[in-house]
Amino acid sequence: MVRTPRISNRPILQSFLTLAAVCVIGLATTPSRAQDSIFTGTNTGAANIRIAVADFKAGSSDAQTAPFKRTFDVTLYADLASAGIFDIVSKSLAPQASPGAPNEINLSQWSAEPASAAMVAFGSLAVQSGRLVTNGFLFDAKNSQYPQVLAKQYNEEPSEDSARQIAHRFADEIIFRLGGGVPGIAETKIYYVKIGGGNKEIWQMDYDGANQHAITHLGTVSLSPRVSPDNSRLAFSSLGRDGFQIHMYSLLLGRMVNFPTNGGASFSPAWAPGGKDVAYSSTRSGSPSLWISDSSGNLARRVTSFKGGDVSPTYNPKTGAQIAWISGRTGLPQLYVMDSDGSGIMRITDTGYASSPSWSPNGQFIAFAWNRKYGPGAPGGQDIYVMEVAPGKDGAHRWIQLTHDGGRCDFPSWSPDGRHITYANTADGRPDHMKIWTMLSDGTQKRALTGTGGDMPNWSWK
Amino acid sequence: MTLNYRKHYTKFRKAFAMTAAALALITVIGCHKKSSGIDPNSLGPTNASEPVAASPSASITADPLAIDLGQSVVLNWRTQNATVVTIDGIGQVNVNGTQTVSPSNSTNFHLTAKGDGGTIEANVRVTVRVPVAPTVPPPTGNLPGDMGSEAEFHKNVQDAFFDYDSADLRPDAQAATAQAASYLAAHPGIKVVIGGYADERGSAEYNLALGETRANAARTALTAAGVAPGRLRVISYGKEKQFCTEENETCWQENRRAQFSLDR
Repeated sequence: MVRTPRISNRPILQSFLTLAAVCVIGLATTPSRAQDSIFTGTNTGAANIRIAVADFKAGSSDAQTAPFKRTFDVTLYADLASAGIFDIVSKSLAPQASPGAPNEINLSQWSAEPASAAMVAFGSLAVQSGRLVTNGFLFDAKNSQYPQVLAKQYNEEPSEDSARQIAHRFADEIIFRLGGGVPGIAETKIYYVKIGGGNKEIWQMDYDGANQHAITHLGTVSLSPRVSPDNSRLAFSSLGRDGFQIHMYSLLLGRMVNFPTNGGASFSPAWAPGGKDVAYSSTRSGSPSLWISDSSGNLARRVTSFKGGDVSPTYNPKTGAQIAWISGRTGLPQLYVMDSDGSGIMRITDTGYASSPSWSPNGQFIAFAWNRKYGPGAPGGQDIYVMEVAPGKDGAHRWIQLTHDGGRCDFPSWSPDGRHITYANTADGRPDHMKIWTMLSDGTQKRALTGTGGDMPNWSWK
Repeated sequence: MTLNYRKHYTKFRKAFAMTAAALALITVIGCHKKSSGIDPNSLGPTNASEPVAASPSASITADPLAIDLGQSVVLNWRTQNATVVTIDGIGQVNVNGTQTVSPSNSTNFHLTAKGDGGTIEANVRVTVRVPVAPTVPPPTGNLPGDMGSEAEFHKNVQDAFFDYDSADLRPDAQAATAQAASYLAAHPGIKVVIGGYADERGSAEYNLALGETRANAARTALTAAGVAPGRLRVISYGKEKQFCTEENETCWQENRRAQFSLDR
């Protein structure tokens, strides 16, 4: 039905810019929504800003200051290094100085080679009078007259976690200021499935893999965690006496809340961007079909009706008016898109085995897992792909492959800034060896966030 | 959960046999309560010029290990180099397989695997929590409410297996469901859970749908043959409850099935 010409992966900046042009032309069939500038990660076409991060100055001799400062320094550096918009100055090239305040920094030291920094983040951190006080500054190293871009003070309970969270907040301020006004993601969370002891529970961690902890203790198999757009509730499916059912957990109350699903099995929930509706797969009328109810499980209505399973819906988070999902109506499961009332069905993939779509925050792309050569005995691998939603001028949807030859990958989920994708990977193919990874949305900077036993990650909306 | 002590025992016994076969016989009879026969290899000196048959290995697991009375347990056993495999209380079984059982009290499932290279045993203990409150003796005879025996059920109602990514009933699955339907027609008290399973390949969420569709196909075949829909309950496990976890077609085929269990 549609051809899928492959975009060469390397000149990705140009590819996406070209894509933008092609979309604008090709959008004739859809209501013409204005194209936003294309942020799919680092693909802005602009050169990355070279930024240096000084080790913060210890502002007091309190015994807690040194370990908290170490946590803060490591976290801030990692946040900025992984933001996808910076060319970060390696610590080995940066001056040894730890300026604690504006009058202590020698900017020419930072702007000169080998650091050659355009921006410098610095400041001081101290435990004093039982509080963790941090002063953070961002200076333009090339502007000797008015160098200050940002000055922030944080005053928190002294703890390891406070030091980390303050670093995340300061990093997000810097990223917001220098990243074209897109909020940073250093304070976001990832919800995921933790495999262990024959069960699967729902866990939560910070976006960088820190602070991993259990949310559920149900002693059964729970799958597909999806956090609500306002971070107040978590929908997931869980195996009980009547098979898999969608459950709703209140992150505010710390307990389960009611979510009636009225018979049959129900699984793979998805939140509408406003948080008002939940789409999911239900078998209450026989064949697994997509249904939409309000977020309390009421007013359920059926939106797909076709032989073959319909699963894994994901809303267009930009408009809320479209749903992408996986359907087996023509054989092996393929990726489809429709309006959220069930009309305007469009098939996106026409080959292989597609699963686990996640719609990008700007509405333009769908990340999904795809085994393009699926079949008995076929040598294909299941990798993460990003597909453009709007077809090009020739009617084909363009796509790029983000993972290669690293074992089975599944469950991509976009970060709210659209610059990152988290996903699950098992290098040797064994399901219990799944780990959660993150990468930039152009496939670079891959790194593992969890050890083995992490699966089905879902990135919070903010 | 899995016991593998027989190997060492056999070795020990061989050493004995070389010095006194009669003594070995006593050892065998004395210590080996349920082995049906004596391994001929153990009775005389081994002929070094003959190729030595690989000794069998066996393991058996149960999921879950502890149940309340009336619940069922899935036994899963794997053997290698075995030709005859028996499980006490079940009888002779396939060399690799799974079976749902519902013991009425705590049971030691004892598997004996015999091959050219010797005999090996494996055990798994299933604990049954029996309520202490006195119960009314169950009615006997083929009355409504009579579930029949577990063993008889599994002899007559067998799993339906499916092709890859398919929920269509193959001829063998049609035969299985037809036999199941006639057994259920003769035992109107029986209610059945149809579990839908998929192999480990592909997506977890899509496989939940596939398992559901497979179980529904089996359900449709039973209702078409006259079994009342109210007696049948469908649960899809997708690929979440794998009985066989190796990456090969034999294993995948075992996982692609609709499994019938008594719904108590």
